[in-house]
Amino acid sequence: MHPAPSVILFSTLSGLGFGLLAFLGLGMPSPTGWVAFVFFAIAYLLAVGGLIASTFHLGHPERAYKAFTQWRSSWLSREAICAVAALLTMALYGFGAVFLGTHWTLIGVIGAILSVGTVFTTAMIYTQMTTVPRWHNITTPAMFLSICIAGGALLAGQVSLAMPLLALAGIAQMAHWVLGDKALANSGTTIGTATGLGARGAVRAFEPPHTGTNYLLKEFVYVIGRKHAAKLRIVAIVLMVALPLALLLLSSSHIIGGLAVISHLVGVFAARWLFFAEAEHVVGLYYGKR
Amino acid sequence: MTTLPTSTAKKLGLVIDLDTCVGCHACVISCKGWNTENYGAPLSDQDPYGGAGSGTFLNRVHSYEIQPPDLGVGAAPAQLVHFPKSCLHCEDAPCVTVCPTGASYKRVEDGIVLVNEQDCIGCGLCAWACPYGAREMDVEEKVMKKCTLCVDRIYNENLPEIDREPACVRTCPSNARHFGDFADPDSNVSVLTRERGGMDLMPEMGTKPVNKYLPPRPKDQSQREEVDVLAPFLEPVATEVTGFLGWLDKALDAMPGSSKTEGKN
Repeated sequence: MHPAPSVILFSTLSGLGFGLLAFLGLGMPSPTGWVAFVFFAIAYLLAVGGLIASTFHLGHPERAYKAFTQWRSSWLSREAICAVAALLTMALYGFGAVFLGTHWTLIGVIGAILSVGTVFTTAMIYTQMTTVPRWHNITTPAMFLSICIAGGALLAGQVSLAMPLLALAGIAQMAHWVLGDKALANSGTTIGTATGLGARGAVRAFEPPHTGTNYLLKEFVYVIGRKHAAKLRIVAIVLMVALPLALLLLSSSHIIGGLAVISHLVGVFAARWLFFAEAEHVVGLYYGKR
Repeated sequence: MTTLPTSTAKKLGLVIDLDTCVGCHACVISCKGWNTENYGAPLSDQDPYGGAGSGTFLNRVHSYEIQPPDLGVGAAPAQLVHFPKSCLHCEDAPCVTVCPTGASYKRVEDGIVLVNEQDCIGCGLCAWACPYGAREMDVEEKVMKKCTLCVDRIYNENLPEIDREPACVRTCPSNARHFGDFADPDSNVSVLTRERGGMDLMPEMGTKPVNKYLPPRPKDQSQREEVDVLAPFLEPVATEVTGFLGWLDKALDAMPGSSKTEGKN
């Protein structure tokens, strides 16, 4: 799949932002006044910044409001609704914390659920794709959710929680890679089933429909990054999990914590780039590209 | 709503005969022509006269080679199959349910899957969900384009009756494309599917495609045992050339400049 920067930015930044919002909603930490303002500002910059980035890949962003209508069938629609609901609920909770110095527990808990729920709906957009076997399994939501929660704990300064959660996120990410590498082969979809000609012999793509490229090849048959995939995986897991863990064990000062967050964010960014670049869409079979 | 109808009154679709398709791409061109001039946004091309042309197509013809397995008597010759591919108007269309705006829908009356371009935000998710590559985002209009089964032809009373079928079907010079209602067991497409073993593409995806493909008929297997029954009659009668031609051959060989290794032929 084509690794669109807008979508990678969205899932990385918003995931972290909603993770922080979830911890704030649960009262971990439960700051008031200026400290609360800074916490909420960071969370909203990440979450909303990511959401804005995601609209850049739309052909017609001016019609984006229509995406709130199809929640009955569409995970993307559910994501839009859940994101707005989470942001509004947490804005109310944040207003109480910043200006009134109070924490409305119930609103916070609802906001936390909606925040994590938003990341879950994002994950489900990918998980539902039977056309991309690498995504179509439980490790996709497990990876998205565990990274969201681990990043949230890290950013919320919940060091004792962040350490096991980071390890968990690392395991989920690696499970996604290990399972994903076999997913296309295990899916049973081949050029033989794609053409329906497999029972007659070995099918080979002889001639593509056009000499040039097309939307399908650009969007679904992205192959450029694969040669560095193994190295990038190591870079991603080290930056996302190993380095932040080592830093947190070293000390829990603000500077060290900040470095851990930045390292984590860059690691997640690399992992998300791979999430798209490595994903094999079955339409590539028609072009003999799998 | 982008939820799918539980059933449709008709199931309009195509039967594509892989045995008779000659791979001429006439369906591709007639499709592009009709759908550029009619329903919805035109199908744009990028850099059409330059070195890196690309464009939006609703129908593309692939070509595949099938190498039959060697069953111990020598492999049969490879077979070339031309393979037109467009929207299959699936009963369980995954492209419809993922649409966040309701722009994609499957019609209750005839099962055609369409895009309402005024509602399309160009997110591309429906193209992700389609295993067949039937949907393409138009680079110019930034909305999703797909086969409409020529909805603006098949019901169009301004056209002569003979033209009220999809442009690709109307134009196919080898009659490899057939249009009809799969809900009617006696329709031309239902009969063809039944008699020729019409098949689904990627049935494991659970999309339940309406369009069916007729498999190519097996190739003549005679090459496996005997190249040609007439071959013995074409064996050379005389191996040694005699008479005038024999003399001429020798004389020409003896002339300077002729290749010594070539010999007689």
